[in-house]
Amino acid sequence: MLAGDRLSLARLLTRVENDSPEGRAALVELFPYTGKAHLIGVTGAPGTGKSSLVNQLALHYRRQADQRVAIVAVDPSSPFTGGAVLGDRVRMRDLSGDPQVFIRSMASRGSLGGLAQATAGMVQVFDAAGFDVILIETVGAGQSEVDIARLAHTTLVVEAPGLGDDIQAIKAGILEIADILVINKADRPGVENTERALKSTLELAHPAQRIFLHHGQVMEVKSGDLRSAQGDISTMWIPPIQKTVSTEGRGIPELVEAIARHAEHLRQSGDWVARERARLEVELEMLIQEALLARFREDVPAQKVQQVIEQMVKRDLSPWEAVKSLMNGRSK
Amino acid sequence: MSENKTSPEQSRRIRVLVAKPGLDGHDRGAKVVARALRDAGMEVIYTGLRQTPEMIAEAALQEDVDVVGLSILSGAHMALAPRILDLLKANGQSHVKVFLGGIIPDEDLPRLKEMGVTGVYGPGANTEDIINDIRGALAEKA
Ligand SMILES: Nc1nc2c(ncn2[C@@H]2O[C@H](COP(=O)(O)OP(=O)(O)O)[C@@H](O)[C@H]2O)c(=O)[nH]1
Ligand SMILES: [Mg+2]
Repeated sequence: MLAGDRLSLARLLTRVENDSPEGRAALVELFPYTGKAHLIGVTGAPGTGKSSLVNQLALHYRRQADQRVAIVAVDPSSPFTGGAVLGDRVRMRDLSGDPQVFIRSMASRGSLGGLAQATAGMVQVFDAAGFDVILIETVGAGQSEVDIARLAHTTLVVEAPGLGDDIQAIKAGILEIADILVINKADRPGVENTERALKSTLELAHPAQRIFLHHGQVMEVKSGDLRSAQGDISTMWIPPIQKTVSTEGRGIPELVEAIARHAEHLRQSGDWVARERARLEVELEMLIQEALLARFREDVPAQKVQQVIEQMVKRDLSPWEAVKSLMNGRSK
Repeated sequence: MSENKTSPEQSRRIRVLVAKPGLDGHDRGAKVVARALRDAGMEVIYTGLRQTPEMIAEAALQEDVDVVGLSILSGAHMALAPRILDLLKANGQSHVKVFLGGIIPDEDLPRLKEMGVTGVYGPGANTEDIINDIRGALAEKA
C-alpha cells in the first residue's frame, strides 16, 4: 500500500471504514508512518459551497505546490434506510485524471465503529500513504462533525450569504471550532451582512473569553489572563474571515495563505504538538470505550442484563445499583 | 481483546457509482434511480453529467464500489459500455457489476451481455427490479 497502488489503497480504506479485523491490523502497521500530513477540516451548512471550495483548494495545492491531496467527503445517511446519495464528487470533476489526487466519499452512518473513528482511520491511511494535504469535508450539524473537526489541524467553517438571516454555523454550534471562517459565494448579495454578523459574533467570543488548547489542556482564557496564559498575546490565534468565490477560484490563494499562516502559528506556539496530543487522546478514549463495552458484552450474559432491567422496572433496583451488580457479576 | 462480531447483515452496505457518460444533457432518470437505491439502503456515489469513461473508472476505483450504474440516452452505449468495462478490468476491478439504463434497442442486448453488462433497463423500468437485480448479482458473487 505504501508503494502507492491505488486499488490497494481503495480496498484498505474500505476495510478501515468497515472496522474489519484486517483494517485494524493495517492501522497498527501503518501508524508509525502517520503524522506528516496537514489535516484540514471543511465544515458548514449544506449548500454553502464546501465541495466546490475543496475542489479549488485541491487544485491550488496541486498546481502551486505540487502537494499530493486526499479528500474525505462525508455526506449524511438517510436516518430511515441507512442508505445515502453521496454527491460531493459532482463539484470535484476538475480533479479527475490527476493521479496525485484521491477522493473518497463516505456516508455518515456507513461505518460500524462510528463516523469519527472511521474518519480518523481513513485519514491515517492517507497520511501513511504519503498524501501531504488531507481535506475532510463534513456537513456541520452534529456532535460527530465537531468530533471530526477535532481530527484536523486547521478547521474551516464555511458560510454563504443568502441562506437566511442567521449565521448557519451559530445555529449549528460549530463557530467555536473555526480556525478560519470562510464566506463563500462572495459574488452573491448580502456578503456585508454575513461578514458583519460573523465579526460581531467573533468579538463576543474573542478575546473576552475563548477556549483554546494549551499544552494539550483545554483552557478557558479570560481577557485579563491572556498574557499570563501563554506569555504573549501575539500567540493567540484570532480566526480570520476569508471571502471566496469557489465557482471561479477567487479568494483561494488568500485562503491558502491563511491556512499556511495557521499551520505556522500552530508550529510556533506549540499548539501543533498540543493538538496532535489532544487528538490522539480523543482517539484513545474512543477506542477504550469501545473495547470496554465489547469486553463487558462478552463477559456479562445478555440474559443477566435483562434480569437486572426487570428488577429496575419493578423499582427493586436503582440504575446505580444495577450497574454495580452487573460490573461485579462479571465472570472474568 | 474485543472480538469483531460483524455479522453478514451488518457488513458494509452495497456501494454503487451512478454515472452519466456521454454528452446527452439531463440526468433526471439517473437521479431517480440514485434515490431509489438510497431508499433501498445502498450508498450511491453520484458523479453528475458528462463523465468520460476514464473519469467513471477512476471514481469506481477510488470509491471501491460493488456496482457501476450507467445512464446513457445518447445511443452511444455500444461505444461507451465496452470502454468502461475494459478500463474497470485494467484497474483490477473486473468483479464490479455494470448496469446500464437508457434507450437501448433490443438487438444490442445480446452483445452487451456478452461484453459483461449485468443488466439493461429501458426508460420505463421499475426501480424495484433494478434493486433486486443488483442484490441478486452481488449475492451470486459472494
Ligand atoms: N454563486 C456561487 N455559487 C457557488 C459558489 N460556490 C459554490 N456554489 C454553488 O453552490 C451550490 C452548492 O455547492 P456545493 O459545493 O455542492 O456545496 P456543499 O453542499 O456545501 O458541498 C452549487 O450549485 C455550486 O455551484 C460561489 O462561490 N458562488
Ligand atoms: Mg458537499
